[in-house]
Amino acid sequence: MNTESLEKHFNDKIEEDIRIEPKDWMPEKYRKTLIRQISQHAHSEIVGMLPEANWITRAPTLRRKAAALAKVQDEAGHGLYLYSACETLGVERDDLLADLHSGKAKYSSIFNYPTLTWADMGAIGWLVDGAAIMNQVPLCRASYGPYARAMVRICKEESFHQRQGYEIMLTLCKGSEEQKNMAQDALNRWWWPSLMMFGPTDKDSKHTADSMRWGIKRFTNDELRQKFVDVTVPQADILGLTVPDKDLKWNEESGHYDFGEINWEEFYNVISGNGPCNRERLEARRNAHDKGEWVREAAQAYAEKKSRNKAA
Amino acid sequence: MKSMSKNWPLWEIFIRSKAGLNHKHVGSLHAADAAMAIQNARDVYTRRNEGVSIWVVESSHITASDPDDSDPLYEPAKDKVYRHPTFYDLPDELKHM
Repeated sequence: MNTESLEKHFNDKIEEDIRIEPKDWMPEKYRKTLIRQISQHAHSEIVGMLPEANWITRAPTLRRKAAALAKVQDEAGHGLYLYSACETLGVERDDLLADLHSGKAKYSSIFNYPTLTWADMGAIGWLVDGAAIMNQVPLCRASYGPYARAMVRICKEESFHQRQGYEIMLTLCKGSEEQKNMAQDALNRWWWPSLMMFGPTDKDSKHTADSMRWGIKRFTNDELRQKFVDVTVPQADILGLTVPDKDLKWNEESGHYDFGEINWEEFYNVISGNGPCNRERLEARRNAHDKGEWVREAAQAYAEKKSRNKAA
Repeated sequence: MKSMSKNWPLWEIFIRSKAGLNHKHVGSLHAADAAMAIQNARDVYTRRNEGVSIWVVESSHITASDPDDSDPLYEPAKDKVYRHPTFYDLPDELKHM
């Protein structure tokens, strides 16, 4: 088949909602877009372990500590599902990691903010995982099979992350004045960065049009952001907390909340490496990778020796 | 220190979710050898009791059919409707068949 008929065959499958699998022909731009999106997603899971790992040793109870450990372990697992989905597109794991460590590859801007108090564990689970779920549920129907299958696994596991976060917030809000203030402070700091997680506005998003056409994305950034605000504001009300947006109000006519302008300058600053923790996060990742090198080599040497002995 | 230029090999992971069901492909991971692949598969794919048995196969050992050959490969089965029970016309009053 020539390229033209291959492309038509591909487009027909997208049209009919038939999944694309690794060995199927696909346009180079589709492959590139997927590699970029899936690897960014994988990097976000891996870097996302760092802000919360910061609190594992200081969790207030054993119950909270077990949950925090399980959650961070899940993030590692999610990163691994996604890296292996990405590798089905013909890239090597080492190259993906090298791009993360060199700063070439991006990851979610949210993980470049510091986790200052225990309440941040609550706010992250509630808001950051909440926003991630909003983004990820439609990705379970993404047109690329391995990505969609990884997302199904991830979404199944992600729900506990959000619930445990909300439970932390709820406990703090029912506690002393000081604890409630801590919860409010965490909401104040995480609200806007959580809205930024959905990415640039539709008019500024370079990739949205292609991704929608190819069935990788099913909703635009702005649609998902609106949905997130609509479901999260009533959750803040239950906690008795105030969302830090003076323009936030229910719009009877549209049936949605109106909300204030996002500080896009901050977003682009953090994305391009100048957030509060960018340097620290990458350094932690590089450190872990470099210090693990002897372990990887030793395991490889051991495997080679064993297979030699077996052959002899 | 020499730099590690090679990934550990890639392994395909198959999991039996409970006795009586077949092993099903769940994804892949890197490991130095088969024993480590099973250990890692336990941690990556069965954190919530998803399995009672794990198979690991080095990905390079799998031979897959080519999607471009789909037509000649599967065409022969397409026009053989007589292989299905509904092909045979039988009276409604016939029971247990």
